[in-house]
Amino acid sequence: MKYAYYPGCSLESTAWDFDRSTRAVCRALGIELEDIPNWICCGSTPAHTTNASLAVALPAFNLQKAQAMGLPVLTACASCYARLRTANHTLRNDPEKRHRAERITAKPYDGNTPVHHVLDVLVNHFGIDEVRAKVQRPLTGLRVAGYYGCLLSRPPEIVAFDDPEHPTCMDELLAAAGAEPVEWPFKTECCGASLSMTYPNVVSRLGHRLLSMAREAGAECISVACPLCQINLDLRQADATKAYGPLPETAALYVTQLLGLALGLSADELGIKALSVSADSLLNKHTGAAAAAGGVL
Amino acid sequence: MREVERLSGTPLSACFQCHKCSTGCPIGPNMDLLPSQIMRLIHLGEASEVLESQAIWLCASCEACTTRCPMEIDIAGVMDTLRMMAVARKAAIPDAHGEKFNRSFLGSVRRHGRVFELGMMMAYKLRCGDLLSDVDKAPKMFAKGKLKMLPNRSGNVNEVRQVFRRAEEEEDQR
Repeated sequence: MKYAYYPGCSLESTAWDFDRSTRAVCRALGIELEDIPNWICCGSTPAHTTNASLAVALPAFNLQKAQAMGLPVLTACASCYARLRTANHTLRNDPEKRHRAERITAKPYDGNTPVHHVLDVLVNHFGIDEVRAKVQRPLTGLRVAGYYGCLLSRPPEIVAFDDPEHPTCMDELLAAAGAEPVEWPFKTECCGASLSMTYPNVVSRLGHRLLSMAREAGAECISVACPLCQINLDLRQADATKAYGPLPETAALYVTQLLGLALGLSADELGIKALSVSADSLLNKHTGAAAAAGGVL
Repeated sequence: MREVERLSGTPLSACFQCHKCSTGCPIGPNMDLLPSQIMRLIHLGEASEVLESQAIWLCASCEACTTRCPMEIDIAGVMDTLRMMAVARKAAIPDAHGEKFNRSFLGSVRRHGRVFELGMMMAYKLRCGDLLSDVDKAPKMFAKGKLKMLPNRSGNVNEVRQVFRRAEEEEDQR
């Protein structure tokens, strides 16, 4: 299995631990990643709310490069994933917009390079049973709320690889890693995304709602698959509890970090130290064998 | 309404005010106008009320409304179009945080090919005249390696600038 890897800007900075853990997990499972050379930003939300032509052209620029590599694209950032998929959808279905994007990028592109999220690749390409067979250090007893967020689910005809209102694939993956996914109703509720910069008070309110519901459902930590979800629940957690009431500290880990631990990878290989709300004691408690040997973290 | 329909490519005249978008909107409690109210005001031709609302900038593009609309109106797409129209028509945008963020973000991409987060955040805070919010987070972000002092440039910066220039020309002709 080989993919053209598109990290995206967040995975070079605020979400470097998502990049590190994605690469480490893929390496451990024998999924080969080749970086798209000289990739550029997908434009994210600022592009699609500013200039509709740019919002298609920036992803197309990267997808042309992937097409030249002859590989399907794998990306971990949910926002990049949604922008690349949306551009492909537009280019395939709207000839006028396709011609416009081709004029802007000065290259032909038909919108047919497949784009997959790492969660989709792990669950549907690699396979849950195959993942389970590779688990060396099950996360026994760890109660996790699987949080999918918006951009892996909506709009379903463009991005979804699971049920858009009640997805389960991350829960199945976490169960294969030995953890106990909890049932909770906010799997695809929005965290506020890029409002983190512009209206942080809104993000605090939404973050507090999510964290308190996850706790109420019995979770000890949250599993995320998007850099914006992670930063809004982790770095902004202190703001949320200050504004909307105290809650027990709840770590928000990338699903690739949790899976990586179960695969026997070290905390360093997975960037665990990048978390603002520490997961150390929690993970030492639940990675049984390692805890007996003095802890992995 | 015709202009919004043309630019967004979605049939918002089909809205029959079921309010499903507003009930599911996570940002609704913070909005001065709910999504369904925006749809109705567009029907009524109340351009300035819509374009000067804060709601169009509070939309987080979570697409819950678009996904659930029984008439398949791309409501989140309408919000995008309204932001572009508000900028193009120089509407009085309240506080303009969203517009300043967009300019700071895209300026960074145009310059480096990728977002340079530290530079982008400083440009945004300068535009807002608010340098002090969130400074408490900066030391932690540096310590955790989440903010870098220098940009990570793409090797295609010159091509990126041409993409931006041509995209702006194309957009002006729409």
